Amino acid sequence: MNARAQQLLSLADDELILGWRDSEWTGIAPTLEEDVAFSSIAQNEIGHARALYELAAVELDTDADALAFDRTPDEYRCAPLVQLHLLDWAHTIARRYLYEEADRVRIDALKRGDDAELAGLAAKIDREETYHRLHAELWAARLRDEPRFRDAVEELWPYALGVLEPELRPVLAGRVGLSVESTQAVERGEHAEAFTQLHDEMTEVRRSAPGQQW
Amino acid sequence: MVFEVFRQERKGQPFAHAGSVEAPDAAFADAWAREQYGRRGESEALWLVPRDAVHQITEWADEFDLKYRRVDGYSIKSRLKEARERAGTAAPEPG
Repeated sequence: MNARAQQLLSLADDELILGWRDSEWTGIAPTLEEDVAFSSIAQNEIGHARALYELAAVELDTDADALAFDRTPDEYRCAPLVQLHLLDWAHTIARRYLYEEADRVRIDALKRGDDAELAGLAAKIDREETYHRLHAELWAARLRDEPRFRDAVEELWPYALGVLEPELRPVLAGRVGLSVESTQAVERGEHAEAFTQLHDEMTEVRRSAPGQQW
Repeated sequence: MVFEVFRQERKGQPFAHAGSVEAPDAAFADAWAREQYGRRGESEALWLVPRDAVHQITEWADEFDLKYRRVDGYSIKSRLKEARERAGTAAPEPG
């Protein structure tokens, strides 16, 4: 697999799996309004994943659904941050905030990159992410003095670093006011047990009827 | 805080009350209303109005039962048709 396909799959897998994880809050978010908004944002992330898989599918001569659902768990390239099964709102918002900040750094780099097709898609995704960031930043500002939120951000920080290539990490650290030096990033390629369970559930319907057109 | 949400479906159309969002402040109301009333591309624009800012009128004085001020009971359809015929203008298409 060439480097471009690998990059596209890393991006797409991050968006799909975070969209999936955030969807787990549908129906149980802290308020009704947040529930609707959070679920809607999660769906947007899955929409971004689809657009990225479509680019990767051309590269790999397959289709977006096959890439999203027919690979084995160890073939997914998503960062460990998005795989974590988080059971409380403080951690969930901390992840959303850190991911949005990391994603902003990554999207900025892609928009300036040599790959015109990917730069175009990144710009399109960025227009929607503007509102995701607005949402994440509101929550982060509101919970800033809440110890549970601060602890969650610190706990997830090594995972957040793992979303980005090493050369972009200092930019993220500057944005969120944390340090790269003393932190060992949790790198891509490591899959926790929780991811196997997620993969099992996510692909269940597709596996139940192989080759079916939906 | 409760914000009443008014939604404009297409440019030039009047805003119609769509519902409300309960939010701690205007910024959260913006983030939430955006997703709740706009995620399907169903809105051209939204107005968010703090409920407290709405001046409501519910009391009416109609002590003398001034029925002649009301239009119910009057049928002007046939008279309007005659008037149009006299003026030589056709009735507009329905809708």
